[in-house]
Amino acid sequence: MIETKSYRDGARAVGPFAIAVAGFGISFGVLARAAGFGWLAPIVMSATTFAGSAQFAAVSVIGDGGTVAAAVTAALLLNARYGPIGVSVAPYLTGPAWWRFLRAQLVVDESWALAAQDDGRFDPRVLVGSGLVLYCGWVGGTAIGSIGGEALGDPATIGLDAAFPALFLALLVPQLKGRRRLQAAVLGAAIALALTPFAPAGVPIIAAAVVCLMGLRK
Amino acid sequence: MSATWLVVALVGAGTIAIKAAGPVLLGGRPLPERFTGVVELLAPAVLGALVAVQTFGAGQSLVVDERLIGVAAAGIALWRKAPLLVVVIIAAAATAISRAIL
Repeated sequence: MIETKSYRDGARAVGPFAIAVAGFGISFGVLARAAGFGWLAPIVMSATTFAGSAQFAAVSVIGDGGTVAAAVTAALLLNARYGPIGVSVAPYLTGPAWWRFLRAQLVVDESWALAAQDDGRFDPRVLVGSGLVLYCGWVGGTAIGSIGGEALGDPATIGLDAAFPALFLALLVPQLKGRRRLQAAVLGAAIALALTPFAPAGVPIIAAAVVCLMGLRK
Repeated sequence: MSATWLVVALVGAGTIAIKAAGPVLLGGRPLPERFTGVVELLAPAVLGALVAVQTFGAGQSLVVDERLIGVAAAGIALWRKAPLLVVVIIAAAATAISRAIL
């Protein structure tokens, strides 16, 4: 029997993630404002880029007096993982090209991992339902942070920086069915840590993704 | 255009293109059989890397700090099958408290 899930299932499952993402969005808005981005640019950036770590990286580079080229390179390297991630969901995003294009924009780490099924397939409705909720949380949080500014303080002080690895751990645990997946997770973590001191941010994650090639069938 | 808006435009356009590439170019068609095993291992590999880097990474260096206490507490909560929101609150609280004490 094929179990079909709805957009609402995705929206419901993503609740706790959306709260953390909104908090992270507030943090981004506050930081971007402090880095001289004004109040509007951070909101536009969250609405178009919709990828937290890359946005933080770009804003930090500019805030530290770096060049536009350095900021853009850092951000796009961090988002490079969405290349292979996009390929993994591509078979399940059917319909006309514009519709595939729009739904592809809702792919972030959290919506992608929630949409992953036990058999290695992806549920497009869970992806879209959870992605939309995350999008609202991220853009809304950014707006609160960039407009409300320093009055709010920075949510990172309440341990939000540990909420994200904890959330990714929560997404990882159900993925660890079978020895090969466990090996992939451990190897991915080891490669990413080993490369962190030497490679620009984002590259260690892409290098870790290469581990999945050990699943290539002959 | 100011540097700020140039960054916003270029990062936005680049990210939109990266995210769209797979689904627009390959969308709706099944991947070749030999790649199904590859895709299955992509999520554990990427998530494992994200957990590791976000727990120990600080820019270009690796550090052991209060985040590890938060993530370890989250691990215990997950093992005890706590609801997700509780897991996140435990992780954040454990980190914030150890930061205040240590």
